Amino acid sequence: MYIPNTAGKRRATAVFLLPSMIGVVVFCLLPILASAVFSVMDYDLLMPMNTMKYVGFNNFARILTGSEFPKVLGHTFTYLILYLPLILITSVGQALILNKSFKGHGLFRTICYTPVITSWVAAAVVWQWVLSGKYGLLNQMLSTFGITGPAWLNSKEWAMPGIVLAAVWKDTGYYALMVLAALKSIDPSCYEAADIDGANGLRKLTRITLPLISPTLFLLIVINIIYGLQVFDSVLIMTNGGPGGATTVFLERIYKYAFKQYKMGLASAYSWILFALILIFTAIQFRLQRKWVNYDA
Amino acid sequence: MMRNAIAPRKFIRGTLFYLMLIVIILCTILPFAWMVSSSFKGSEAIRTIPIRWIPERPTLEGYERVFNMQGFSFARSSLNSLILAIACTIVAVGSATMAAFVFSKLPFKGSGKIFGLYLATMMIPGTVTMVPNYIILRTLGLLDTYTGLILPSLANAFGVFLMRQSMMSVNDAYMESAYLDGASLYRIFFQIMLPMVMPTLSTMILLSFMGSWNSYLWPLIVLTSTDKQTLQVVLGNMNGMYKNNEHVLMAGAVLTILPILVVYLVTQRYVDQGISLGGLK
Repeated sequence: MYIPNTAGKRRATAVFLLPSMIGVVVFCLLPILASAVFSVMDYDLLMPMNTMKYVGFNNFARILTGSEFPKVLGHTFTYLILYLPLILITSVGQALILNKSFKGHGLFRTICYTPVITSWVAAAVVWQWVLSGKYGLLNQMLSTFGITGPAWLNSKEWAMPGIVLAAVWKDTGYYALMVLAALKSIDPSCYEAADIDGANGLRKLTRITLPLISPTLFLLIVINIIYGLQVFDSVLIMTNGGPGGATTVFLERIYKYAFKQYKMGLASAYSWILFALILIFTAIQFRLQRKWVNYDA
Repeated sequence: MMRNAIAPRKFIRGTLFYLMLIVIILCTILPFAWMVSSSFKGSEAIRTIPIRWIPERPTLEGYERVFNMQGFSFARSSLNSLILAIACTIVAVGSATMAAFVFSKLPFKGSGKIFGLYLATMMIPGTVTMVPNYIILRTLGLLDTYTGLILPSLANAFGVFLMRQSMMSVNDAYMESAYLDGASLYRIFFQIMLPMVMPTLSTMILLSFMGSWNSYLWPLIVLTSTDKQTLQVVLGNMNGMYKNNEHVLMAGAVLTILPILVVYLVTQRYVDQGISLGGLK
């Protein structure tokens, strides 16, 4: 847009830009620098700031060589390995249905999206009760099929799968709408040729639909790995890292080091390790995508 | 004859479709139904085998206990949540919209570089900035204040990015002719630009409001006095206190979900649009 460069324009530009710039500098750029500094310091929040001591890469070494880190990594991987396939299946399934027209379509869409707008705290509180060992909804329903459900959140093996179930329930509606947008962009003529050749529904799904929406599926996996590495609200409310430390994850550790033990240096180092992991995983994903993502359409 | 051959296959496919539909609806709704049903039960009735969906003796005991908790007030925290969600939304969307106007329509030397920096900050997860932001607030003496909770909303690079995308597509001619007619840039912003990007703006306002209403970690860290805490934090605290009184917890969950559900149902159109805007969560 052409507006003459007057003092008035410069002033207006400053007025429009400053609030956002101040925010980004003070609450984004400065914290990144500060976090980098803290990560090589021994800094106890309860002590005055000038007692902060330079410790080099001790914080990183302590985390990476400690016995806790492999466990945290393992729990996070368990979460991702269970969550990713489930969320892909449920969101693609839901999107395939949303892509059809039927009576009550609008209502169905609303129902599917309700878990998404629910806060994680409320969802976690409800799911804790759903997953309750003896009187919980899920185990009672399983028992009508003659299956004795596990103690879920109170059991070391089943706590993480329980959290995953809640997460899939909460997130499916959101990702289904993303997949739906991709389905809507598929050219109907792609299916006409398949119809003439007499392909059945399953074949059309695996040979046409899925390859054509593979860029969206790729995005979905990348986003979910990034979010999955930072899973927090659900874990803190549903298990608080337990039972017996069976569901400790990155953000939960960072939160506890920083705000329960006041070890700010250690917490900062932990958050940088997490960031590095996010970068590594995203990079790996982008390398692997060449093998299966189809951008031709 | 043809029709008879196709009919069974079509019938099976139709049945399969509705079967899947029902399974999805049940899986989605049952936890909610379970929550509502439990919230109207007494402390004895919640532990029954088999499941009783309709409580034998419906009671409001759970709800009464939610509103008469010792130490903190559920009503007060609802009000806190509402005020904070509105304030954070105004700050986040306001600052982002204003900055986006500069990046899209009032470029200056170096503005492209600054925008690039904005995009780069989107890469850094909130996890990294959380600890130092807490220390910055402490240094500024803003811990346990609403100002402290709200201020970081100013840093909204993603909002700037979305609004800029939307503003780029607005034709310059409208604004240039208004300028020639003597309108100030402020007037052009409020009376021409904002109405033109209303769909994106409404979506951003709603998503930002829902995000603030539902946020947990940041209010949990920043606000420590019980009379300042938000609904989500109070519900989280209740979770530890009412371990064996699920009907109280479920009543609390119902009351936490209900307001945002109403907002969603009324404004659904704009929220759904947000998905296509590029994945806000």
